[in-house]
Amino acid sequence: MALFDRFRRKENPVSAAEPHAEPKVAAPPEGEPSGGLLSRFGQALKKSRVLFQKDIRDLFKTDGELVDDALLDKLFARLIKTDMGTGPAQAIRDRVQQDNRGRVVRLEDVLNSVRESLRQLMAQDTAPIDLAASGPTVIMVVGVNGSGKTTSIAKLAHLFVSQGKRVVLGAGDTFRAAAVEQLVVWAQRIGAEVVTGKSGGDPASVAHRAVAQTLETQADVCIIDTAGRLQTQVNLMQQLEKIRRVIGKLIPEAPHEVLLVLDATAGQNGISQARGFSEAAGCTGIVLAKLDGTAKGGVVIPIRQQFQLPVKYIGLGEQADDLVLFDVDRFIDALLSDHDSEGGGGSEGAG
Amino acid sequence: MFESLQQGLQGALKSLRGKGKLTERNMRDGLKLVEQSLLEADVSYSVVQDFVARVSERALGERVLLSLDPTQQVVGIVYEELIQLLGPVDPSLHLRGEVTVLMLCGLQGSGKTTTCGKLASLLLENKTPSMLVAADLQRPAAIDQLHVIGQQLGVAVYSDKSATDPVTLCQKAVQQARQDQIRVVILDTAGRLAIDQELMSQLTRLDRRVQPDQVYLVVDGMTGQDAVNSAKAFNDALELDGVILTKMDGDARGGALLSVKHVTGVPVKYIGTGEHLDALEPFHPDGMASRILGMGDIRQLFTEARRVVDEENQQELERKMLEGQLTLDDFRDQLERMAKPGLMQKMLGLMPGMGEAMKAIQNEDTEGGMRRLVGIINAMTREERRNPKLIDLSRRQRIAAGAGVQAQEVSQLVKQFDMMTPFMQSLAGKGLGGRLQAIRQLQQSGALDPGGRIQKVKKGTGKRLTSQERARLKKLREKELRRRRRHGDNSPE
Repeated sequence: MALFDRFRRKENPVSAAEPHAEPKVAAPPEGEPSGGLLSRFGQALKKSRVLFQKDIRDLFKTDGELVDDALLDKLFARLIKTDMGTGPAQAIRDRVQQDNRGRVVRLEDVLNSVRESLRQLMAQDTAPIDLAASGPTVIMVVGVNGSGKTTSIAKLAHLFVSQGKRVVLGAGDTFRAAAVEQLVVWAQRIGAEVVTGKSGGDPASVAHRAVAQTLETQADVCIIDTAGRLQTQVNLMQQLEKIRRVIGKLIPEAPHEVLLVLDATAGQNGISQARGFSEAAGCTGIVLAKLDGTAKGGVVIPIRQQFQLPVKYIGLGEQADDLVLFDVDRFIDALLSDHDSEGGGGSEGAG
Repeated sequence: MFESLQQGLQGALKSLRGKGKLTERNMRDGLKLVEQSLLEADVSYSVVQDFVARVSERALGERVLLSLDPTQQVVGIVYEELIQLLGPVDPSLHLRGEVTVLMLCGLQGSGKTTTCGKLASLLLENKTPSMLVAADLQRPAAIDQLHVIGQQLGVAVYSDKSATDPVTLCQKAVQQARQDQIRVVILDTAGRLAIDQELMSQLTRLDRRVQPDQVYLVVDGMTGQDAVNSAKAFNDALELDGVILTKMDGDARGGALLSVKHVTGVPVKYIGTGEHLDALEPFHPDGMASRILGMGDIRQLFTEARRVVDEENQQELERKMLEGQLTLDDFRDQLERMAKPGLMQKMLGLMPGMGEAMKAIQNEDTEGGMRRLVGIINAMTREERRNPKLIDLSRRQRIAAGAGVQAQEVSQLVKQFDMMTPFMQSLAGKGLGGRLQAIRQLQQSGALDPGGRIQKVKKGTGKRLTSQERARLKKLREKELRRRRRHGDNSPE
């Protein structure tokens, strides 16, 4: 557990770390030309050792700091830990380097530049769900196994019900054991109608009946659940196309929304998920579920870059009202904020 | 991915061949590439740093061998270190004489309940009945889900819908198992967030009071950087005995496993490779190491192949292959096995360097094509199957009419079979390594282009098109394919 030893060492009071730091100060590794900078280098080194687990803002604290490789590496580490992937993280690192190389910068300059670029990238009008101009709105929900589809549907339905809309749920997950029951329980809790099919039955027929019932009873919103599937399962992905087609037969513009539920803990595979599901089901947006843990869901950044898929909602817990409209500013703030529990976890281990 | 890693390394280390030693300076670019590859596989940042440091420490000062180019040497070291980190394996469930209690825990949606069923199924294969305990009192219908799985397998399920405390529930379940003389109890606990103190302490209480013999952490193979945090929290709260990695039938590289392994240090027991209850496989570090590096998982490929062809059948086939006596009947048998939905994609995905081929056939109805071939063979007489050379023009017409295909497809099948026979003969009698080499050769020669060899099938469009329309559609399709390919390549490197 050499890794955690390292953390432990960092938690020691600074005075204890200082003797170790001294030799490094005496011989800066890169052999920079100016001797006058030496003490500053020493400070930077010492700081970076102590501040590894802190916010990037702390890296630039006091009046300013020299942007060097060590600093950029720390920035890169923080970016990587958000799950945004090496591509975007490297791009940001390069940009910061280009803009600030060799300069002593203040916290606000660098942070603002990072935030601003991310904000621009993720910018979107916070239009939640595109409701149909007339008639009922049909929403189809897709995603991999265990990403939180059923729970997200319940939350979404709750949201509509609380807006005074009538909601019909289509229990299209006919594959997983008791998935239908799970949705029925939710429907009872939040007061929505639910259309079910036989276990192992054709999900497209459930979808068809759900939409038909929506039209018949003049409900406002119809949300179709689908079984979890990996984006590599070609035949299952074709099934999604079929569900789409069947829905479209009843209401030509439907489904009005196809939401991809993405697990916030997902790593770079999220990109492949977005690609696969967009191709098969024509996703219109993302629900980022399970954002209440320590995961930051940064993978939506490359997804936005590559597929222009906007994040519509974020899931923040297990209760029906734990669904929040995606807010760019707050998301970006949280992305770069400091509740990094890796340092915290380390301290628990040490204690 | 691995190819690009290797190419990159080749560039970075080109000048090194046969001279000098590996030093920090001349390895730096190479290690950067390794680092990037691991990060793209979702290995946590801190673990990557640690790992790369270890590799560079080991590689440092190693002489660059004359026979080897430094790329291979560095990749070799990386690979070995990965295997070392992922090992050792211990697929045993450590069953005791009396009741053994297994407990599964993990985040929400990691696949605990399904894995419970898979473990029970595995035990059943060894004639050990088990009892599933629905200790997930949180998620709606989790109890029902376990009951359905229990029914499917014919395994006892202990549950109590009115229960509020999982600890007492589990204690009662263990008592029940003792009474019923069931040897293994599997506890399905509720998914929880690592930072939810209350639920984590509940888990600790469960661990203390019920005292499970084995505690397994179930980890979603698609997890990203957060894996290190959650694993740490579970490892602190419980004394873990093993890890089960799920959802590895997709295209996730599974780097999370490296993070989890690094944090917990406990052996990886199994990997989940599908939604069906028999899709649980023992863990092999070498396969996983190559998968994390993006090389494809050869071992799993062969397990998969073996699953399709049973042992006895295989030997019979081997013999025939060796003697060059393979008939179209055997070919049909093979095809029928291969025509299982999704199987081809799965196998190709596992094959190194076949990522591109997989993309190409993604839209082809491979299984349908195979079924078509089976149909053609079925339309032949026994004589014709045994000796395809018999098939002349009029026989060909007859077969085509019988199978409802065009005559040209029949000749294509015969040609394909002719080409395969010598290859099969050369394959027979070789071990895993030899076979792999043969497949590689074939792959390089382009003969194993699955999109090309397995005949492209014209799908019914529902209406007959003029040749102009067909040409136009084809153009569109190709354009789309090119676009997709470009799109695929656009992913950030």
